Amino acid sequence: MSRWGKSPLKRAKRLRLKSNQTGGELPSAPIPLPALGERVFVLGVLQMIDFLQLVFSGFATGSIYALAALGFTLLWQAAGTINFAQGEFVMLPAFIMLAFLSYGAPLPVAFVLTALVSTVVLGWAFKRAIVDPLFKYGMMQIVVASIGLSIVMKNAMRAGYSAEAHPFPSLFSDQLFSIAGVHISTNDVGTLVCALVVVFGVQAFLAKTVTGRAMQAVAQNTESATVLGINVPRMIFYTFAINAVLACVAAMLVTPVYLAKFDMGDSLGTKAFFAAIIGGFNNSRGALLGGLIVGVSENLAAAYMSPAYKDAVALVVFMIVILFRPQGLLGRKEERKV
Amino acid sequence: MSKRNIFLGVIFAAMVLCLPPFLKNYGVYMFSTWLIYVIATMGLNLTVGYAGQKSLGHAAFFGIGAYTVAIMMKAGISWWLGLPTAVVLCFVLGLVLGFPALRVQTIYLAFATLGFNTAVFLVMRNEEWLTGGTFGLNGIPRPAIFGFDLKGQAGSVMHLFGVEFPLAKDLAFYYFVLAATAIATALLWGLLRSPWGKAFQALRDNPIRAESLGIDTRNYTLLSFAIGAVYAGVAGALFASLVDFIEPAPFAVGASIMMYLMVVVGGAGYFLGPLVGALIGMLIPEWIRDVAPSLANWYLPIFGATVVVMMVWLPDGLMSIPDRIRAKRDSRLASAKRAEATSEIAAIAAQSEGVAQ
Repeated sequence: MSRWGKSPLKRAKRLRLKSNQTGGELPSAPIPLPALGERVFVLGVLQMIDFLQLVFSGFATGSIYALAALGFTLLWQAAGTINFAQGEFVMLPAFIMLAFLSYGAPLPVAFVLTALVSTVVLGWAFKRAIVDPLFKYGMMQIVVASIGLSIVMKNAMRAGYSAEAHPFPSLFSDQLFSIAGVHISTNDVGTLVCALVVVFGVQAFLAKTVTGRAMQAVAQNTESATVLGINVPRMIFYTFAINAVLACVAAMLVTPVYLAKFDMGDSLGTKAFFAAIIGGFNNSRGALLGGLIVGVSENLAAAYMSPAYKDAVALVVFMIVILFRPQGLLGRKEERKV
Repeated sequence: MSKRNIFLGVIFAAMVLCLPPFLKNYGVYMFSTWLIYVIATMGLNLTVGYAGQKSLGHAAFFGIGAYTVAIMMKAGISWWLGLPTAVVLCFVLGLVLGFPALRVQTIYLAFATLGFNTAVFLVMRNEEWLTGGTFGLNGIPRPAIFGFDLKGQAGSVMHLFGVEFPLAKDLAFYYFVLAATAIATALLWGLLRSPWGKAFQALRDNPIRAESLGIDTRNYTLLSFAIGAVYAGVAGALFASLVDFIEPAPFAVGASIMMYLMVVVGGAGYFLGPLVGALIGMLIPEWIRDVAPSLANWYLPIFGATVVVMMVWLPDGLMSIPDRIRAKRDSRLASAKRAEATSEIAAIAAQSEGVAQ
């Protein structure tokens, strides 16, 4: 909260307190209304509180978009892979986790087991079966194949398991508490903190550890990395594994709200793409920024403009960004090759 | 055109002309839907396959065409006025959608077009006063042509060799769609053989080279979107009249992705690719839904898996199979000739060696 924010809030509270005191009995005389200037001010403060609440819950949603977007940019940087099935990569762990939970595993255990399964299925198998054989043909081939994969995953889940939405236990209890009049749910706070810890953890891993730096070297220049003795295929596999684990975390955080359903990845995947491109496709910090921008602007637009057009907000921001800054807010420019 | 191609063409024409009278109503309906998707994907094939612009928003134009005609016909305006309106609207919006393509390419463009589709879908779903929202619009009439109402009548029969065949109600409209498909195909064929068609392909193969050769890449990029959109619009106009009830679902992003896959599976940049693509992506799943409903749910997973496998083994689509076989045969012939020549040279060398000694 900034300096200018504090005193108006206090004054608003004082005024609210006043009205509570007088609200008990029927007033015999008209309550002396505050001066017009002050009334507008109070209204402004209340709106401010609404606004902050919206922004905060937008942060929570946005941080989940950021998780999916981060995996997306990592795959693009390290392996030139655009994964159209990113949304389904979140859907599948949600169902795997539900399966483990139904066998009586507590949520943290289920998460760890799911992360292992996902690393094998969505990391290793995806890389070996789809990306490796297609890598030599170029990007669009992988894109089309991953579109095919997303259709397979979604519809096989529907046909083979269930077309219903399944409830999913939340990691956090859903309580409301208020800071300076702003009501905040523990779920939102927990989600935001969890997602931020994971995003910054991944970034610290990339920036600080030898393996992480080797992965970045592979992403920047594969040939030089090979010459320097870096095990390139292994680094690329690590990227796929990180993407799979990020998808698991996103699944754990988003499914209590979205419910586990075969098509839950549809909007999530698209939002993650938009977030990644808004932030800058070749910058992993961009994914976080893009995710938060999409989450917050969606929430604000739903509240102040039209909830029906909420899904179009990410698109509008995306269009503005690619028209004026095609490389994304934090991205570097890439030269076009002849 | 080889003799075999002409032969295959004649068989195909005979099939689409003569088979439907023997089908039940649902069969005729499915064939009509198939042809409508062929028109739509032909447009997408121009944008994606010939001009190389990755568009994932084609179903939006399909929907715009359908809704334009539906809304106008509900207001009592003739289909023959609705069609040109839909065409103009799609052309203009296609031009507009082309603009992002001037800034960004490949995957960025794919997402921009996908987003456009989402926006159009939201308008269809939310603006109830105009589009009926999720309830959709129903009771869209069929057009009349030369005073002949294409609504069709139930219970007409055909006498053939003394046997009575009941005719499907939708048969008249089917032939109308067939004629429209034939016209659309002929126009596209002409367009692709013209300098315009060559310019589109130059744009796809190497945009910078095309520009340096004096092709106005900006105009051709926009036009490839606009003409593709017009095809989708015409298809949509026919679709609205065929199904007589439209709602937003068939025009969602998923439908665009399906159309893109139809083009890729059939063979992007192959003239007849959409015919095969729509057959696999549209006609066969509908047919399976009719004859084996329990299998219908598994069609999409299998289709998706086929796409994945095709990307590895047959990335240019099904229509590229003859080319592949030809290329293989040519290379086999060439290597046989090479082997022959090598042995001849060896023989000559051996002879000359003998002479020298």
